[in-house]
Amino acid sequence: MQLINKDLVGLEGVSAEEIAHILDSAKSMKDYLQQGVKKMPQLQNKSIVTLFYENSTRTKMSFDLAGKYLGASMSAIAASSSSIQKGETLLDTGRTLEARGIDIIIMRHPMSGAPEFLGRNISARVINAGDGMHEHPTQALLDMYTMQEKLGRLAGLKVAIIGDILHSRVARSNLHGLKTMGADVTLCGPGTLMPVEIEKTGVKVTYDIREAVKDADVVMGLRLQLERQKSGLLPSLREYNELFGVNSEVLKLAKPHALIMHPGPVNRGVEMDTDIIDHDRSVITEQVTNGVAVRMALLYIMTRKKEDIV
Amino acid sequence: MILIKSGKIADAEKTYTADILIENGKIKQIGENLSAKGAEEIDAEGLTIIPGMIDMHCHLREPGQEYKEDILSGSKAAVKGGFTSIVCMPNTDPVIDNAGLIAYVQERAKKVGLCKIYPTGAITTGLGGTQLTEMGELKAAGAVAFTDDGKPVSSGKMMRNALNYAKCLDALLILHEEDLDLRADGVMNEGYYSSMLGLRGINRAAEESMIARDIALAESLKCRIHIAHVSTRGGFDMIKKAKARGVSVTCETMPHYFSADDSWVVGYDSNTKVNPPLRTKDDVAAAIEAIKDGTVDAIATDHAPHHVDEKDVEYDIALFGISGFESALSLMVTHLLPAGVSLNKIAELTSKNPAKILRIPGGSIAEGEPADLTIFDENEKYVFTKADMVSRGKNSPFIGRELVGKAKYTVVDGVIKYKES
Repeated sequence: MQLINKDLVGLEGVSAEEIAHILDSAKSMKDYLQQGVKKMPQLQNKSIVTLFYENSTRTKMSFDLAGKYLGASMSAIAASSSSIQKGETLLDTGRTLEARGIDIIIMRHPMSGAPEFLGRNISARVINAGDGMHEHPTQALLDMYTMQEKLGRLAGLKVAIIGDILHSRVARSNLHGLKTMGADVTLCGPGTLMPVEIEKTGVKVTYDIREAVKDADVVMGLRLQLERQKSGLLPSLREYNELFGVNSEVLKLAKPHALIMHPGPVNRGVEMDTDIIDHDRSVITEQVTNGVAVRMALLYIMTRKKEDIV
Repeated sequence: MILIKSGKIADAEKTYTADILIENGKIKQIGENLSAKGAEEIDAEGLTIIPGMIDMHCHLREPGQEYKEDILSGSKAAVKGGFTSIVCMPNTDPVIDNAGLIAYVQERAKKVGLCKIYPTGAITTGLGGTQLTEMGELKAAGAVAFTDDGKPVSSGKMMRNALNYAKCLDALLILHEEDLDLRADGVMNEGYYSSMLGLRGINRAAEESMIARDIALAESLKCRIHIAHVSTRGGFDMIKKAKARGVSVTCETMPHYFSADDSWVVGYDSNTKVNPPLRTKDDVAAAIEAIKDGTVDAIATDHAPHHVDEKDVEYDIALFGISGFESALSLMVTHLLPAGVSLNKIAELTSKNPAKILRIPGGSIAEGEPADLTIFDENEKYVFTKADMVSRGKNSPFIGRELVGKAKYTVVDGVIKYKES
């Protein structure tokens, strides 16, 4: 099965069949990894570039490993690289990469829509590794993979996403993916960090963390950029933690088997207390492991030609 | 001599079919079965003739930003769009804040000689917001109004001074209404689509709060103001109520505010990036209501051409503005006529009212008047493409859209300045 669109810029508009297919393939990839297979031939004629205009350790490394395990030739361009520093436009950078025969560009950019803009203008396939406040589809895919693996399903799950929703591309991608897969999503955060009219997507919005977490199957925290306080969006980190921090009191309201998730890196004691991060129901480190498998699956699917598919 | 045969003539008052005879730049005669030996004939059967359209809000970019547009390319685009007169904004480089630059624009316009160009002068020197320009001298040189367009006059105290000073010169202020602090780094309308796209939103209050401030100032100081590019229901409502109270306020809106909404930003086409931003479907409906009920006095383009390099970038860093001359009339025909706006109303908003507000010639089709005419086919359907744009700026969100209505001839002072080839 192929993905319908050339690029993966977000999960908005991606069908349930496509998501299920990626998650199924990720399962096979994870099986290989667990057997210790770290050198596979599927992508050995493929050339992949990570084009990161923002710092990233986790996502970039995860993609790098995914590509390498499948035998792709991986190269990296960072924002500090010379042509970007010299003021080369995104379009010119993209066209230069294309001229070198790159198959897939994995891109992170601080501005929303940049991967979609680039993808529209070049023939190489673009995977969004996070754009501004828009989407981070592979993070949501690995989150959904983790939920499905641990809880056996996505449909009907009650997922509470808590924190800075406004600036979060992780929240937006999860919202779209989870809605498509039939989960119930509740968003919770301060009014200053809640996107307007987001409830029109069919999610619930609450400002009360207790209401959000009540009977939840999944409690997902989001990273709070500490500079939000300085820009006038929050009175103090202390009050943020008091009103919106996930702690053991709040967690009691969730279902007994509820998963604790976070895309990382975590501000301990701000959006989540330490005992929650290290809780036995926390799957934060497994999210990282699953990220490699999900990205392997995606790279595999996106490099197949139609005739390759049996 | 030009003889225009059998056109459907629509001015602000009435619609009728007649011939128009033009001599020495003026309309000599209007009647049936006119003939004139040696006259150049335009067969206008099936075509519609309205008083030459006056665009009271455009950016010609000269002096200083000729890579975006200049007075020649802008004039070509204007007459292609059916405009016989255009009013250019002073946010050039340098800013038109002295009489010398007014004279420069006038001279260049004369040399180009396509449409009539009326310059405006800045309210504050360099659009800096702190020092009034020499409005008396600028007005004497030919500035038809004053505006810091592109920027608001942020200081309420400064606006009060500007209004009181303009009043003593009987000068008109055209106001760009925007609270810059509230707009912050927003790039599109704040709403569902900004939330979905992850683009920073511009709350409507950034526009409406400044409209409210300036209506209150104009009311208390008994001054005349014209509000530029109104885009929200709340803005139209306030202006409507102010008019009912007798406040001397007029306003304009643009074709893109009644033709497109913020859902158009999906896909991140930076040609949809404009300031004020494309609003919601409800605001589009409000703009059409305000056109019908008399709240809107003028339809102008806010023609804002940019170089492709300034638009072919990430949405956040693309410049604000839509290149509007060539699509304006088509958008009016496409979206206003089916909504029940009459041709007479269109003539009023594109010609009679702008002439009255700015106290410049034009606005009617009558014997003895200057022969400024816009002749168009109100039924022609076509797909608007880059090839339809002669402006240097091809930044239009309407490229690729099917539109109805197209200018065929533009006559300025009795001379055919544009003829569709």
